Amino acid sequence: MKTKSLLLVAAGIAIGATGALESKKAYSAELFFPHTVYRTGAYAPSGIPSANGFRDYYALLNKRDGGIEGHKVVSEECEFKYNTKIGVECYEKLKGKHGGAMLVNPYSTGLTYQLIPKAPVNKIPILSMGYGRTAAADGRVFPWVFNFPATYWSQASAVINYIGAQEGGLGNLKGKHIAHVYHNSAYGKEANPTLDALSAKLGFKLTKLAVDHPGQEQKATWLQIRRKKPDWVFMSGWGVMNQVAIKEAASIGFPMTKFIGNWWSASDADVIPAGDNAIGYKGTNMHPAGTKPKVIQDIIKHIYGGDMAKAKANNVGEVLYNRAVLGAFYATEVVRDAVKLAGGKRPSGDQVREAFENLNMSEARLVKSGMKGYAPSFKVSCRNHEGNAPGVLIQQWSGSKWTTDGKFYPAMNDVVRPMVEKAAAAYAKENKIKPRDC
Amino acid sequence: MFYREAGQFKSSYQADQAIFPIIQDRWFMAIVFVVAYLVIPLIADEYWFQAVLIPFYVFAIAAIGLNILTGYCGQVSLGSGAFMAVGAYATFKLVTGFPELNIIIAFLLSGLFAAAVGMIFGLPSLRIKGFYLAVATLAAQFFILWVFNKVAWFFNYNPSGFITAPPREVFGFLVSGPEAAPVTRYYVSLIFLTIFAFAAKNMARGHLGRAWMAIRDMDVAAEIIGIRPLHTKLLAFGISSFFCGVAGALYIFVWLGSAETEAFDLLNVSFPVLFMIIIGGLGSVLGSILGAGFITILPIFLTNAPPMVGIAISADFAKHLEEIIFGVMIIFFLIVEPAGFNRLWQIAKEKIRKWPFPY
Repeated sequence: MKTKSLLLVAAGIAIGATGALESKKAYSAELFFPHTVYRTGAYAPSGIPSANGFRDYYALLNKRDGGIEGHKVVSEECEFKYNTKIGVECYEKLKGKHGGAMLVNPYSTGLTYQLIPKAPVNKIPILSMGYGRTAAADGRVFPWVFNFPATYWSQASAVINYIGAQEGGLGNLKGKHIAHVYHNSAYGKEANPTLDALSAKLGFKLTKLAVDHPGQEQKATWLQIRRKKPDWVFMSGWGVMNQVAIKEAASIGFPMTKFIGNWWSASDADVIPAGDNAIGYKGTNMHPAGTKPKVIQDIIKHIYGGDMAKAKANNVGEVLYNRAVLGAFYATEVVRDAVKLAGGKRPSGDQVREAFENLNMSEARLVKSGMKGYAPSFKVSCRNHEGNAPGVLIQQWSGSKWTTDGKFYPAMNDVVRPMVEKAAAAYAKENKIKPRDC
Repeated sequence: MFYREAGQFKSSYQADQAIFPIIQDRWFMAIVFVVAYLVIPLIADEYWFQAVLIPFYVFAIAAIGLNILTGYCGQVSLGSGAFMAVGAYATFKLVTGFPELNIIIAFLLSGLFAAAVGMIFGLPSLRIKGFYLAVATLAAQFFILWVFNKVAWFFNYNPSGFITAPPREVFGFLVSGPEAAPVTRYYVSLIFLTIFAFAAKNMARGHLGRAWMAIRDMDVAAEIIGIRPLHTKLLAFGISSFFCGVAGALYIFVWLGSAETEAFDLLNVSFPVLFMIIIGGLGSVLGSILGAGFITILPIFLTNAPPMVGIAISADFAKHLEEIIFGVMIIFFLIVEPAGFNRLWQIAKEKIRKWPFPY
């Protein structure tokens, strides 16, 4: 009996193994996308939809298109609880698997900071889409890091643009009072220098309020807001901090329509816990939310077999899910270009980097890949890794879904770009990096 | 049969007072050194260096530091993370402010800064003891990290508050910075650990260690026999913080490469270091090292174990599983041997001594 069952198991494994070999044969190579996720801990409310979005888009590419240019997309998750130290361990573990990582998508600003110095050494480009180190937008100092379609600084300046538009022109901001509620970490602090500069330039009063990790306790912060009565509140939050902030804002009666989250602070999981109190809450975004877009419909069809309930349980259509799909789209498109550069073969790290720098997300290309109206269009260059059209959409929570006025609020490049180049130059000096000429 | 001191005669005080008086112990240590210095660098890959060994050594130094204070001198401290942060930020300021300064000297100087800060925060220990002192050091933990987070001068006005290890060479070998070879960084941390472990062991065996232990066991009695509490306690705080400070500097410059204050927070650093010495054994250098190994390596092993034996589980489930098993193992060890790994090691030695004819 025992030997028999053992034999059965062995046979099963053998069949499974040949099956695996068979499916491998159909693809010419594997393209590996390591994925550091946080499905546990205080950042899980943000981490789970993000992780699911990446997972599903990679699976969709294999199912719908047969991989990227005939190569199989392989991804592997490593849980790091949004703890940068564990994240570094994950990176070290994953970077060499399946023949080497094409690129990394840390999905954590803290981890991005850790990986930036390692990228040129390991020859693995970093795509920190709309997060990470703002100064990395200067491609002369950070050849291996890309943070399109907009950095934190561009985003903050675009939000000020939006607030100006609401107040009837940037000139009217003089004398107004804006508060920045931020996660007290590298991530949250990112927007501060831009806000400082704009406050000096446009004459509005700025109050910066730090919320310590993980952000479950914000009574003191919101008490200050009640006392200081700012006209607008801008928030850079993440994870459990967002929902707590929105609930606290509601409890002190701060008008939701004047409360704007950055694009990591305005997802479904952030507003739903506050219930009806969150109606009117605004956030920036770079892509539409919901299940309407074609790529999301494709995922529901191919990955969930049209089972809407199952898709919803996996966060499909939520803001952060859709954001992750966008991130996976850009990552895989870049690797598609790199495969072409490599003459159809598996590209090297240098080739992926080259593809990044020559990335042209033209409208025509977006139409071709079915992402028109979903993915922002921009062009990356050797000098500018942020893309040439940074800016934001503003979305608003209606109580059941996010709506947008469809208007694009551009960043103030004239203010932000010199600051980026200055910060990059300081980094280059500190770390003895010779900036490239371009 | 193999492990006994019968027949080993000491003909001088010096021989009798050696750290390892028994020849078998010396052989054992020699083997440990050969493995650590020669074998491991040959067989380990980058993942092992970066994810397992370097953090193990760095935390071992911090644990030895805390053990001097808590294990030998009996002063409970929850501020080890903060003292490590002092070391790291001081190194950062030194190496960016004086680029020509040898980074090893910068590490040691930062240790002195940490020692000074530690002695300041050790002052309350003259008045308060036990849990109350723990709370006072907890205040140090929060205050110091708050300062590093708040005062932009400490991170050179970098907008995000991150400090990054710049590339620095020692004798032509790149020690810090992203391009430093893992094996070089491994040797740096190992050499520091070796020197610090021997220094701690010798301090503990000498006049100073005895004074600490006297204070720990009964401070009134110690005072009566002529040990100055102020002097002794502050020295323990200073030396402990020196160790922690150097560990903190290595933590950023040799291991992580860059960090913000969050990397030194209570739950990430101070508590784990305290657990290391509790699990390893209070008042023991070897225990500190074993405890550091347990706390740093076991979680990594537990996360990687299921895929290694071919069990495919999702990444988050593996993490949950790791936390459960890790917690259970801590409880198990503390029940089985509350005095820590060091005591287990001693029991094992006694057993070997009588093997194979126990009486």
